[in-house]
Amino acid sequence: MGEKKKKIVKSIKIDLDKCNGCRSCEVICSAFHAAPRYSSNNPARSRIRVIREPIRDVYVPVYAGEYTAAECMGRDKYVIDGKEYDECGFCRASCPSRDAFKEPDSGLPLKCDMCEDEPPQERPLCVQWCINDALIYEEREEEVEEEVKPEDIEIGLESLANRYGLQKIMDTIARMSQKG
Amino acid sequence: MRYSETGLNLEIDLSRGNVERVETDPRLTELHLGGLGTNAKILWDRVSPETDPFSPEIPLMFSSGLLVGTPAIGANRTIITSYSPQTLLMGYSMMGGFWAPELKYAGYDKLIFQGRSPNLVYIWINNDKVEIRDAGHLHGKGAVETQEIIRKELNQPNAQVAAIGLAGENRVYTASIEQGRSSASRLGLGAVMGDKGIKAIAVRGTKDINIARPAEFLELCNEVLKYIKFRNENPIPNVMTILQGLGATQEMLHVDEKWHTENFMWGNARVRRREFWNKEIEARWKEVQESMRTRLISCYNCPIKCGAIISVPGLSTYMMKCFSKLTYTMAAFVDDIDFGFRIAQRATEYGVDGFSTPQIMAFAFELKEAGILTDADFEGCPSDNEGRFYWLLDRIVRREGIGDILADGTYWAAQKIGKGAEEYAHNNIKKHEQLPLKLGMLNPVYFLMYATGEKVNITQIEGQFPQAPFTTVEEREEFVRDWIQVPDEKFKQMVLDWELRGERSNPYYPTVDMSVDIVDWQEKMHYIDDALGVCAGLSSFPLKPPYHMHNYPKFISAATGIDMDEAGLTQIYNRNRNLIRAINVRRGLRRADEKTPQDHWKKRFPELEERLLDAYYRFKGWNMDGIPTKEILQELDLTYVSEDLIQRGILTE
Repeated sequence: MGEKKKKIVKSIKIDLDKCNGCRSCEVICSAFHAAPRYSSNNPARSRIRVIREPIRDVYVPVYAGEYTAAECMGRDKYVIDGKEYDECGFCRASCPSRDAFKEPDSGLPLKCDMCEDEPPQERPLCVQWCINDALIYEEREEEVEEEVKPEDIEIGLESLANRYGLQKIMDTIARMSQKG
Repeated sequence: MRYSETGLNLEIDLSRGNVERVETDPRLTELHLGGLGTNAKILWDRVSPETDPFSPEIPLMFSSGLLVGTPAIGANRTIITSYSPQTLLMGYSMMGGFWAPELKYAGYDKLIFQGRSPNLVYIWINNDKVEIRDAGHLHGKGAVETQEIIRKELNQPNAQVAAIGLAGENRVYTASIEQGRSSASRLGLGAVMGDKGIKAIAVRGTKDINIARPAEFLELCNEVLKYIKFRNENPIPNVMTILQGLGATQEMLHVDEKWHTENFMWGNARVRRREFWNKEIEARWKEVQESMRTRLISCYNCPIKCGAIISVPGLSTYMMKCFSKLTYTMAAFVDDIDFGFRIAQRATEYGVDGFSTPQIMAFAFELKEAGILTDADFEGCPSDNEGRFYWLLDRIVRREGIGDILADGTYWAAQKIGKGAEEYAHNNIKKHEQLPLKLGMLNPVYFLMYATGEKVNITQIEGQFPQAPFTTVEEREEFVRDWIQVPDEKFKQMVLDWELRGERSNPYYPTVDMSVDIVDWQEKMHYIDDALGVCAGLSSFPLKPPYHMHNYPKFISAATGIDMDEAGLTQIYNRNRNLIRAINVRRGLRRADEKTPQDHWKKRFPELEERLLDAYYRFKGWNMDGIPTKEILQELDLTYVSEDLIQRGILTE
């Protein structure tokens, strides 16, 4: 069994009511992640995007999460207080169905890294630049069990065992070792 | 590698359907910066002054500014330039929002249209792909709904669309160009866009914009952000509410309209209603505004929430900012702000200027009352104040009946109507309608700004110097204590010495020389903003803004790599200002045109006013007819301008 370890989980709390749709978060995120830093900016490269539709009062900042190779089947639409949000309206994935969270030229997925830096930034840049407080940085401590990493051989055998059953594996090994 | 700019313009010839990407000369950036400056250069170079504003030869330019699309906060402006069909002079109209940054991300600094399309079209720019698409199905559609339709049909939810409504299509002289909550309203450039057959321009861009000295630039941006936070938490004391904060006047936020309703004029800039505001009206207006205002919104990369989404029950949603909240209500003599929000929804879809249009309508009803226009002209018009405004608005944008004459603005309408109508077109400067504000005592600074401003709109030349003296010495000292924005300490002394009464009060104080200095400073900041594409709301328009003469040169240096200091920036401002003056002089502008409406102030001082104009011209290096001299033009690397003016006999050797 693994040991208990303390892990810091970083997240951004998003207050939709406070978002004014300025997209400064997109500007500064893309600038921070340019190489060299701040040498360029391009909202299409931003790890945070504001889903913005003024006429319907939809203002949803979303920051990039996991990459997914395929679109999900049957997407969800939300109606909140009578306001309808599109399918994909709150999703953080870098997904083939839309251009968000992908480099516009290479198509490579983008993921939010909370502006990891040395020395560390006090808060991610998008949070620093949102002076309307629509983005709030939060940290919490979680206790996680440190997993013992299985060796390659264990992973391989576990996969075969799942498929054929442990008994068949043992029979096969016995037969193979007899042959020499 | 081009820094801060893309280095490319799109030249679109609508007559031939030809699109070309043209590299720009970096030397022009050093001389003029960009935006308004380089637009003026193109206009000077390409258009002979005899050309008619609606001719295919006139270019229509949609420009970003030099800093647009960089992390510089509030650098998001579009500067649209052509000739104004109403003033017959150079016309430039600007808007904030999201369009110009998107154009730069697509890879272009400017769009330059020439010619005229035989059919109604819209332009679709998606990075390297530029298409001229048929817009027959958009004919007559509202400016706001057109944006949504185009985004849907292109399946581009993130495209930014600038569009005209019915007014632009019908070449109404007050037609605007709309984009989101932003509007390029003044001087009738929407009519030029309609004349060229362009219904809308949609842009989507995903390219990088580069910065020459990144760390330095970001530090400057962070300082601006910090100062904005400071100013938001510390509104300026001892001035009226609308002057306390940053941004445009926060009409969407504030509900206290005592100042505007009791000091601005109602009707055709005619009547002052001193006792209008009371508790009952305040409560009612507050309720209406807060119920219709869905959300306060901003422009690209700016934290100030000058705009609002307006949802009027029963009408489609639209967006609004600033004084259009009141202009229709007051022009129509309707005491109900509900009317203002309703008619503004229609006006925004039509795409008309919220300053001029209400005045034109009020002007028409004054003429009717005076018997100069007859009942026959208004057949079918409702009799109530609200109904008749809707009726006339519908006719103006369609150029139907009397609407066709009024669609040219009060000056030209009065000329056509005759019979003494000219008396009623009393609020124009250079044929263009002004703010409906008629005060008592002449303010010498304001006189100069109204008379000589090339934009012909007071809000685009005034700003950083207080509009009135502070009452006590303590208040004045408090104001100047942290006034870091002044380019020179002498401006602090002017505020300290300025009194409400006595020798050191209006109209003789600020003195003639001081007034000229003040106007030059305020004008300078606007010209720099308009070349850089920075919103005046964070710079030239409010008191104590984050952008000013001391940090602007550093911004330009860090962004572009061009070494810039205050003297160099002042030189560029003077060059741009003189170039625009020269363009207008070539069109016939002279001292005689630099007049304010006779009733602009109750107390006029003709002799002082002449001295002010003389001093301003002298300061600028112009002759007494308002024409830049050969010497000043040479100093500003505009020898080619002086040669042209001499050749035309406008200047003598």
